Amino acid sequence: MDDIRKPPVDAVLVGFGWTGAIMGMELTEAGLNVVALERGENRDTSPDFAYPRIADELTYGIRHELFQDLSRETLTIRHAPRDRAVPYRQFGSFMPGNGVGGGGVHWNGQHWRVLPEELRLKSHITERYGAGFIPDGMTIQDFGVSYEELEPCFDQFERVCGTSGKAGNLNGEQVAGGNPFEGPRSREFPLPPLADAYGATLFAAAAKNLGYHPFSEPASNASRAYTNPHGAQLGPCNFCGYCERFGCYKYAKASPQTTLLPVLLKRPNFELRAQANVVRINLDSSGKRATGVTYIDAQGRTVHQPAEIVVLCAYQLNNTRLLLQSGIGQPYDPGTGQGVVGRNYTYQMTGGVQVFFGKDKPMNPFIGSGAGGQVIDDFNGDHFDHAPLGFIGGGYIGVIQTGGRPIQQMSLPKGTPQWGSAWKQAIKDHYLYTVNIQTHGTIMSHRDNYLDLDPTYRDSYGQPLLRMTFDFKENDIRMTHFVTGKAKEIAEGMGGRSVEVKMKQFGDHYDTRIYQTTHNVGGAIMGEDPGSSVVNRYLQAWDAHNVFVMGSSVFPQNIGYNPLGLAGALTYWSAKAIRTAYLKTPGPLA
Amino acid sequence: MKTPARITPLHLLVATIVAVAFVVVPLPTWSSGQSAPATDELVQRGAYLARAGDCLACHIAQQGKPFAGGLPFDVKVGTVYSTNITPDRETGIGLYSRDDFVKVMRKGVAKDGRRLYSAMPYPSFAKVSPEDLAALYAYFMQGVTPVRAPARRAHLSWPLGSRSLLAVWNALYFKKGEYAADPRQSDSWNRGAYLVQGLGHCGACHTPRGIAGQEKAGSERDGANYLAGAALDDWYATSLRGEAVTGLAAWSQDELVESLRSGRTARVAATGMMADVVAKSTQYLTDPDLMAIAEYLKSLPADDQDVKGSGDSRLQADADHAATRALKTGETGMRGSRIYLDNCCACHHSDGAGAQRIFPNLVRNESVNTKDPVSLIHLLLAGSAMPSTQTAPSAIAMPDFGWRLSDEDLADVLSFIRASWGNHAPAVKSEQVARVRKSLAKNERTLLRRDINGGSR
Repeated sequence: MDDIRKPPVDAVLVGFGWTGAIMGMELTEAGLNVVALERGENRDTSPDFAYPRIADELTYGIRHELFQDLSRETLTIRHAPRDRAVPYRQFGSFMPGNGVGGGGVHWNGQHWRVLPEELRLKSHITERYGAGFIPDGMTIQDFGVSYEELEPCFDQFERVCGTSGKAGNLNGEQVAGGNPFEGPRSREFPLPPLADAYGATLFAAAAKNLGYHPFSEPASNASRAYTNPHGAQLGPCNFCGYCERFGCYKYAKASPQTTLLPVLLKRPNFELRAQANVVRINLDSSGKRATGVTYIDAQGRTVHQPAEIVVLCAYQLNNTRLLLQSGIGQPYDPGTGQGVVGRNYTYQMTGGVQVFFGKDKPMNPFIGSGAGGQVIDDFNGDHFDHAPLGFIGGGYIGVIQTGGRPIQQMSLPKGTPQWGSAWKQAIKDHYLYTVNIQTHGTIMSHRDNYLDLDPTYRDSYGQPLLRMTFDFKENDIRMTHFVTGKAKEIAEGMGGRSVEVKMKQFGDHYDTRIYQTTHNVGGAIMGEDPGSSVVNRYLQAWDAHNVFVMGSSVFPQNIGYNPLGLAGALTYWSAKAIRTAYLKTPGPLA
Repeated sequence: MKTPARITPLHLLVATIVAVAFVVVPLPTWSSGQSAPATDELVQRGAYLARAGDCLACHIAQQGKPFAGGLPFDVKVGTVYSTNITPDRETGIGLYSRDDFVKVMRKGVAKDGRRLYSAMPYPSFAKVSPEDLAALYAYFMQGVTPVRAPARRAHLSWPLGSRSLLAVWNALYFKKGEYAADPRQSDSWNRGAYLVQGLGHCGACHTPRGIAGQEKAGSERDGANYLAGAALDDWYATSLRGEAVTGLAAWSQDELVESLRSGRTARVAATGMMADVVAKSTQYLTDPDLMAIAEYLKSLPADDQDVKGSGDSRLQADADHAATRALKTGETGMRGSRIYLDNCCACHHSDGAGAQRIFPNLVRNESVNTKDPVSLIHLLLAGSAMPSTQTAPSAIAMPDFGWRLSDEDLADVLSFIRASWGNHAPAVKSEQVARVRKSLAKNERTLLRRDINGGSR
């Protein structure tokens, strides 16, 4: 069968989730002809997330209807370079999205920015604690872009999403009720915070008693009906508790479908091709400029799509893999520390404390929203003195009641039988009367945590799988012990009958069977030096000036917050650079 | 969702024939009177008027090319198809002179002399001014891309195709003559009346039909039947007159403009067939034209035959209403209230008020309170979506519940909605639901057959 050659376009987007949709909007607005290629199927609120079919935990929560098909394409994982990596065949630790909207369909809506000091982490730590504070083997860097530069992009993304929350810092002025530690915002959130579940109010009161500063988590689950600057509409969240792993039937959760696609899909200079799996970025004879991409369509045909600009908007793992497969940038070698592509893969550290209450305090866990609730930022970033603690990083602590689904959201005390009458009795005793406090924090980048191509395993297209080499390090276990310890102190002040702490212990290895977060980052990191980064501060590849890489693949290490707000803002930042500088004079921007 | 037909179900033999207009194929005979090339401005104006007339509503097939026709219309005695009105010389209207065009628009007589059936709303188009017809002609000849698409043959049972009856029909029901301004009214009122009665052909859906399928009234001068609401194709086009709850009494002119422009207001939304009208036609009208339409419609008094309401136009639902309280406490005595709680409450909420611009308010909503519940039944069975428009791009959709709820369940929940929060409409019977369910299933089967046979065009 002959390959198909499509007419050239100005820009091709590889992947069509949040970053693809944002980039599509921005580049079509600049007048470019844009084609988006999405490996998964096309989806929209109607009919794919229609009420009440979507509120089906077995189909979507357990059988992962909306996620990547691991039988066709996955990655291999190992703990250390000396180990043999094996394929990730069943979802556990993280769950990459698939299809139009990507993870933007089934995220929770926890819409944070970033702490200013996290964008220049290495410089900040060095300035405050000295270069010697950074342990051997830790490879943290600065992002190369400042919070002030990104502020308009954060703001724009929040307007698009109708984010609900309360500012704590407006143009440098502290505002009561918000997060006192956050970077300055140029204006208030577009919507007021979501209402709190009872458990969240108990948490806030207990945290305040200890002198901490609780505030409402920024949520892209609309607290009111909302029309965004593009005219797209969101409905008010009704706390149905089906955010994470599900599409939102109520148009309440910000997603590409609710906020951007109603406008973008109608633009004549935009085309979406679903079930188009990009296998390679093509380069010209110099090897320094992309000529387009090659993909396999739904019929299995090989299709060449020439383009002037290639923007990688796939999931973090796939962006990195495509660069490796296409020979853009030097692959990272952990032995020598040389090379950049695959370097600084990191993850996030989660922990938690369960508080079991008596039957006089029903928590009604079925009243849930993916984000919203009360959190504290007192132990995130560098809001506390790390000098005596011996670790770098931090996290937020909070009660975010995401739902009370029957299969996965039944919290029971340790030692409860897994089945039978005792289990049933325990469900009766605890389902309504339990609060989960979460801790959500950083993992720093380390020299031997990285990504490369697997020498053995291939996907259904015959392409080598990505190989992840990752394990927890002492720095990050120390962080979670400290932060989760603080969560326990708050928990003990909430008036429950007992508390139970869940966190990683020293010596624990990364366990891919247990869900942690789908906040994989790094592999194609941004920075100011081509020797230690894949893309420059505008997310432009150092080694091919017409290739841009979006998403959390560019984070040099992980932040304490959920990454989407930063990934979205960086996309607007990069799009602005393309529009204002690159289109005028195509070439390296930095 | 596209329903197969936009014409009313016609009750009589003659009425049925009316829909066959689309089978007319212009003969390729040369006619004098070809006009000189029109100015761009004239073509632009024609394009605007073609949207005002919603020509595309009928003259495009699903996934078809604009104005190439081929949309099937299910009539009681068979299927007919809209024709190709692109300027293709062989299969379209490329050989029509301006006079031919005027004749077909105003008199319903095709170039070859055959009479059109009034499914082509020429009784409305007869009111269009000569200047506007000239602009439309310029647009169709020079602004539309010719498409070669031969007319699809109608499938009708004999002897209903007989055209000789049409002359009789015309003699009985067709009022010739272009729109005559009412000097007692404002210019904008007259502009609105001209658009509503003429190109807009609002009466085609909103005016009840008589025994021969004729619209019972062609303008406000013909009395209270004009735009008084009518059933058609398992929808009910609500009254555009001034009834308190079932008509437009509670609507401001601004709300009417907003609804026609965006397909939604703070309170309600256009769904079903009206969503298609907004998407293809009214969203493109200028503000002065939309204001004029609103002014005209708001001047139509209530139909005396209709039940008089209190005229209360509160937008806010009553949080203390018994139905709201019952839903909030879960003390759902009425069977329908329990079904509401499990299926509707997620979006329309316990006070029935929904959310502004996105989930329609059910309280004192004209579609909810109209005596004929067919639209509500249709909506619950099959779902529907708001139109995606330039000013409101989100096609917010109501899901289908026909797969999930029985006829009895649907009747019960509708009866509950129609009796709660101050609504006062007759209960819905399960037999009414069953009839619509059957009709929708039949249309779906017909559509499926057409898809399978689609290659034969």
